Amino acid sequence: MLVSTNWLSNYVDWNELSVEELAEKITRAGIEVDGIIDRSFGMDNIVIGYVNNCVKHPEADKLHICQVDVGGEISQIICGAPNIAEGQHVIVARPGAILPGGMKIKKAKLRGEESNGMICSLQELGIEGKLVPKAYAEGIYVLPNDVRAGDSALTHLGLYDRILEFDLTPNRSDALSMLGVAYEVGAILSKDIKLPEISYSASAEKAQSVLKLSVEATEDNPMYVAKVVKNVKVAESPQWLQNTLMSAGIRPHNNVVDITNYVLMEYGQPLHAFDYDRLETKEIVVRHAREGEKMVTLDQVERTLNDQQLVITNGKEPVALAGVMGGANSEVREGTTTVVIESAYFAPSSVRQTSKEVGLRSDASTRFEKGVDPNRVAEAAERAAQMMAELAGGEVLEGSVTFDELDKTPQRIILSPDYVNNRLGMKIAMDEMKTIMDRLQIPTDLINGQLVMDIPTRRQDLKIKEDMIEEIARLYGYDEIPKTLPIVESTPGGLTPYQAKRRIVRRYLEAAGLSQALTYSLASPKDAQAFALETAPVTKLLMPMSEERSILRQSIIPHLLDATTYNVARRNESIALYETGSVFLGIEEDGLPKEVEHVAAALTGKWVHHAWQGETKKVDFFVMKGIVEGLFEQLGLHERLQFTKATVDQMHPGRTATVWLDDQSVGIIGQVHPTVQKQRDLQETYVMEMNLQAIMQTAIEELLYEAVPRYPSISRDIALVVDRDTTAANLEKIIQQAGGKLLKKVQLFDLYEGKNVDEGTKSVAFSLTYFDPERTLTDEDVVKAHSKVLDALTVQANAQLRS
Amino acid sequence: MKEQLHELKEQVILKIKESNTVKDLNDVRVAYLGKKGPITDLLKGMGKLPAEERPKMGALVNEIRESVTEILEERKETLEQQAIQEQLENESIDVTLPGRPVELGNHHPLTRVVEEIEDFFISMGYEIAEGPEVEKDYYNFEALNLPKGHPARDMQDSFYITEDILLRTHTSPVQARTMEAKDGAAIKIICPGKVYRRDSDDATHSHQFTQIEGLVVGENIRMSDLKGTLDLLAKKLFGAEREIRLRPSFFPFTEPSVEMDISCFKCGGTGCNVCKKTGWIEILGAGMVHPNVLEMAGYNPEEVTGFAFGMGPERIAMLKYGVEDIRHFYTNDIRFISQFHRSEA
Repeated sequence: MLVSTNWLSNYVDWNELSVEELAEKITRAGIEVDGIIDRSFGMDNIVIGYVNNCVKHPEADKLHICQVDVGGEISQIICGAPNIAEGQHVIVARPGAILPGGMKIKKAKLRGEESNGMICSLQELGIEGKLVPKAYAEGIYVLPNDVRAGDSALTHLGLYDRILEFDLTPNRSDALSMLGVAYEVGAILSKDIKLPEISYSASAEKAQSVLKLSVEATEDNPMYVAKVVKNVKVAESPQWLQNTLMSAGIRPHNNVVDITNYVLMEYGQPLHAFDYDRLETKEIVVRHAREGEKMVTLDQVERTLNDQQLVITNGKEPVALAGVMGGANSEVREGTTTVVIESAYFAPSSVRQTSKEVGLRSDASTRFEKGVDPNRVAEAAERAAQMMAELAGGEVLEGSVTFDELDKTPQRIILSPDYVNNRLGMKIAMDEMKTIMDRLQIPTDLINGQLVMDIPTRRQDLKIKEDMIEEIARLYGYDEIPKTLPIVESTPGGLTPYQAKRRIVRRYLEAAGLSQALTYSLASPKDAQAFALETAPVTKLLMPMSEERSILRQSIIPHLLDATTYNVARRNESIALYETGSVFLGIEEDGLPKEVEHVAAALTGKWVHHAWQGETKKVDFFVMKGIVEGLFEQLGLHERLQFTKATVDQMHPGRTATVWLDDQSVGIIGQVHPTVQKQRDLQETYVMEMNLQAIMQTAIEELLYEAVPRYPSISRDIALVVDRDTTAANLEKIIQQAGGKLLKKVQLFDLYEGKNVDEGTKSVAFSLTYFDPERTLTDEDVVKAHSKVLDALTVQANAQLRS
Repeated sequence: MKEQLHELKEQVILKIKESNTVKDLNDVRVAYLGKKGPITDLLKGMGKLPAEERPKMGALVNEIRESVTEILEERKETLEQQAIQEQLENESIDVTLPGRPVELGNHHPLTRVVEEIEDFFISMGYEIAEGPEVEKDYYNFEALNLPKGHPARDMQDSFYITEDILLRTHTSPVQARTMEAKDGAAIKIICPGKVYRRDSDDATHSHQFTQIEGLVVGENIRMSDLKGTLDLLAKKLFGAEREIRLRPSFFPFTEPSVEMDISCFKCGGTGCNVCKKTGWIEILGAGMVHPNVLEMAGYNPEEVTGFAFGMGPERIAMLKYGVEDIRHFYTNDIRFISQFHRSEA
């Protein structure tokens, strides 16, 4: 909403404040003033000129040489506008003027001819092209002849005006009119407001005698008022009216249309003007359209209607799409003599629906959608009739043609001062509250210590007691509210164990060298299920904005790979990222997808990079595996962790493992398939993804201290040659089982394949630690246990011992 | 023989002085004091001396031997010291060479902001509540006083899955769910999480972003309590000298509703480019829980009141760290993320 402060002065006297102070007060009281536009843009030296003489420039086809009276002085000005002509009053920017675009006007020579200024269009004065009357849209603006050369053009055009840009919240539709703004400003400044006085002399002829009205769709149209004005002369509006409309962001058309728009802005009540003669039938019927019925709206678009849409008809065919746009067939135009003014209440839901369906939002439809003031419907029609009489020479027929089933009674709200104060944490006296209601012009009685308020229908946002608390508080001043803290039973607060573990996981991964990424939940069809630990029916958006973001992800890895590629492409070649977040699997009983929290990571490039001492190492499977093992250790689950070789789509078939927690598969880890790496412009890249929720929800044992050893342990190393396919885990298992209770620790410390080892085999070495908490072990004890281990390895793993 | 002895002594001392290494010195020791050395020879030759001269000569030889040994030891000490000195000099390093890096990762800046806010409220006895990112229309809108067809739904163009299920447009449904689950009991919660809106991604919009909201419900919760709480939060996030101001606003789920501004942390309120010359920066929206919302969740709004507030960690992070483009939070450029490495006390 654009509020001209000049126009506002007609209704409320705010002039003891500066515009900035006014804006600040309005903002602090609840309507945010987003900006203040100075329509003069600080311009100077812009005057009215009279074109005494205008001849073609000898050297240029499109230019004219004009002798312009700029007020007691004739100035030669070269003008390139197509519509320049002798005898016009025009806007002249004199040398020294600076136009809003930054153009500085100077004396100049154009093709050899002197030019002392510029004849301006409205656009050149900073008025938006879409607001300039169509007649002057392509050239200079021509002023009416009742002006005087040399006077300030800015004054004449009403440009010494500053506009408040309101950023209205949806509830404050009352401020979508100048009168509504006046009530608000009046309340803020404790000032009375001046409402328009409506008086005109009506003709003896009755409106009802020339127009018949029937409303069939009474629910969507509970009130309809039509007035008839005869002998109207359609013409350009007076300058003040055009100026006012442009200040409000509306383009002037002709006096009849301009008057309906003026009243729309003044009262917030949209009006429509029909050409009575073009209606042909002397009848208005309001009904729902027939399915498939067609009409051509004012914008010359043919629209196919449905049976939910409300139309105004002449009894035969639609002449307007109710509350949204008029029809081309009944438009007021030059030559129209009799006008029907329509003022109605259309149901908000109906207008919202129709405007959405036809894709048209207008000043009218936005106001109907919010619900117009039932008590201004009739008055607005009267106001328009008065103005048509005054400004278009019209003769207003007696009375109106009316259908009215609209409830116009004010809502009553009863409020006790304690209720207000208890909720605000303040002590405002009842009298004080009453004063605030008076400022808002809300009729209020004090009965039995309560405020009994009859809410005017213009304030449809005030429905419940809490609304009134806000009115009281905002006008009393939010600055007056003290600062306290809630007085409630104190509770310990804190993270749940699950939330605390999530933080542990993040801290651990960061300490391990990975940085936290945050990627989108929405994925492309290609990526939604790639690398997924488990797949389930996907959750798709009904109306995605792009295919790229159309499905909820079932895996985090693809997005981490995107982030990795993004970084690598920018020469951040060593990347270690992790993310914790939800994936979305299938549909639960309650209709929502199952959301499972996962953790994923991606590593590429160098892991250890300490070049000058020659320590540089690329990431590999075991870097990632070590990170995963450490994570389980942090969570007290490492002894229950296992890895088995796995085949996962898009992963390296030889370098991928399933991660097991007890007998539950909780994740995958491995290298991205070389083909996929190539597609994604990546070098060797390792990823992991795990079901974090399952891991964090696994119960762990209480942490109990184990006695620190009092006796020494004894170590023995074994070197074995086994089949290449024999896994380390298998060997370790054999050793553990055979080693008995004295064997405390098994550690693989060497692995070799190649020269000196037969093909198809490998050499593996373990270090075994024996220990008895009760005594010092003898050599004999160890030899006994160790030989069992060696036997088992020979028998079960076909291992050859190397000396 | 006496002269011979003194000559020998002079000779040995000279040799000792000429020795520059422990090894040379050792050679001297062996050569002169060893079993085959001249002193031993002299001692061996004592037998040839007349008996009355023997004790005198013996004493002299021993005296010479002792004094030579002493000089030798002194020299050895000096040479050893020199050797250590030399070794230390050789072992000297360039301490300005780079150390072996300890590679640490770090939090995403949004997590940093969220955890700071969480921890602040935890210290005041709040719990952290979480909920699904895919929500029922009921919890996302209806339970929050946004019935179907409500004009305020225009403000939130949403990603729907079906007519009744959508990606949550705010974390407020967590509040609705918590109130419903608490069954009339008092509540003090903070709800952080991801939210989604049908916006095209640009410098100030993101179709996915984060929110963090707070809710307190109980007997006699007042708007002044909201103001006091927000004042402490503003000071925690943006510095102890921050002032706050509340402006009336509108949210369907609160009444009265407010927007909170803080005094500009850059200029302190005199006006600069951060606060757009106003001296104030808009930080969050808040209000008293709308009676309809309380009622739908099973509370009696005549007896129980509450306040709620919500903010965008992106906006807080952008203001706090001077980030100019919201997309930085989601491209995961390591050059961006790694700037938030520092731990804050």
